[in-house]
Amino acid sequence: MQTLRRKDILGLEEMSAEEITLILETARSMREIMQRKIKKVPTLRGRSVLNLFYEPSTRTKASFELAQKYMSSDAVSVAGSSSSLVKGETLKDTVRNVEVMGVECVIMRHPVSGSSHYLARSVEASVINAGDGMHEHPTQGLLDMFTIWENKGRLEELKVVIVGDIRHSRVARSNLWGLQKMGAEVMVAGPPTLMPPDLNVFGVKHFTDIEEAVEDADVVMALRLQKERQEGGLFPSMREYAELYGLNAKRLAHAKEDMLIMHPGPINRGIELSSELADGPRSVVMDQVAAGVAVRMALLYLLLGGTKE
Amino acid sequence: MALKHKATVMDEKGMQQALRRIAHEIVERNKGLRRIALIGIRKRGVPLARRLQAYLNEIEEFDIPFGILDITLYRDDLSQRQDQPEVHTTDVPFDLTDKNVILVDDVLFTGRTVRAAMDAMVDFGRPASIQLAVLVDRGHRELPIRADYVGKNVPSSRNELVEVRIQDLDQAEQVDILEKAPE
Repeated sequence: MQTLRRKDILGLEEMSAEEITLILETARSMREIMQRKIKKVPTLRGRSVLNLFYEPSTRTKASFELAQKYMSSDAVSVAGSSSSLVKGETLKDTVRNVEVMGVECVIMRHPVSGSSHYLARSVEASVINAGDGMHEHPTQGLLDMFTIWENKGRLEELKVVIVGDIRHSRVARSNLWGLQKMGAEVMVAGPPTLMPPDLNVFGVKHFTDIEEAVEDADVVMALRLQKERQEGGLFPSMREYAELYGLNAKRLAHAKEDMLIMHPGPINRGIELSSELADGPRSVVMDQVAAGVAVRMALLYLLLGGTKE
Repeated sequence: MALKHKATVMDEKGMQQALRRIAHEIVERNKGLRRIALIGIRKRGVPLARRLQAYLNEIEEFDIPFGILDITLYRDDLSQRQDQPEVHTTDVPFDLTDKNVILVDDVLFTGRTVRAAMDAMVDFGRPASIQLAVLVDRGHRELPIRADYVGKNVPSSRNELVEVRIQDLDQAEQVDILEKAPE
């Protein structure tokens, strides 16, 4: 398969292993451009993109904007707090207005799960989900898979443990769908109160003991403890969480030597991940950030590059 | 659409001779190999550039910088094509500033690939010169571009196809003209 026959990238749940492979392979070619002195190809000259961020973001937003610049597309970014949303304009109206200005692709982050699906149905432009509520964050899932693939040479039959607040994590959901489609064995670990009620949908094993979970893992992915999404009472305190579930050198003492340590950022240092591990030799956190730009360049090319029938 | 074999214009020996001759022309024109760099245009320009490198080294032992160029992202027809071309990796692991860059491709036709390749080159630095070596020049240029080194001029009509096959990729070594025949 050499063409992505879809208008939008909304989640990895609806994507096939072939599509994911095409995206990762295209991203590998894009990464070379980032290593050049002149980081720009003329591919998307004259194509317009809108970044619509209704939630704060540093990495994802910067990454999308750089990807857009490296591909020579023209981009405008609107933050939710400064948009007409505060004047009561609906999401659909906002996007329809910029669509008539010539925007062909909308990147959206929004606090409501399913909002990008709603938007994709309402407009003709391509929509890329940059995180919708607690649902999915497909570009993060893709860049995580790209990072693992580059470091391990494959995804099949790798053991990946996702640790932490699975319940509120769109990153975890995208990774659970994506990694399993690509043949990895995925496990989750963390306090039972932070597991989603529908965990059985994914068919993954749940551990409450981190040391046991990471014992023969190839990859461990720590999730950010999302202070802003805690409705209270799910765990006693940050300190207690760190004591029981935080990743540190002692807890990973018996894990594999070449196990990759990942984190989608931003890191609460000393809570879900110790600084020693985050900055240590097994950490690929910076690879993840670099992969983000390459994956997003690939998606822009695959969505906007050809004509769509 | 069916393709009918019309003629074989180069065989294995002919290709070898052509590449050897080009190697000599390159050395003569650039007064040695000191400032030369070879860049093969994907796909078939790459093995051809490798061979050229070997022939150049028969003349003079020198480590010639070698690069691979994928021009997909520089194409001028991306928004017109139905089938989206797959992107492959470009690998130019040296600084081409002040080098005499020899671009290598199998067939020179409209000149659009070479135009894209030159655009890509200037994103990598400022070469002293860009020269073009092709195995076959079949005419029908759409841009003011010409080759500096030509293996063979093959006059062709537009409804013909020039097919280059190279051992490394195609398990054959020859150049054929195929005619597009209506069913």
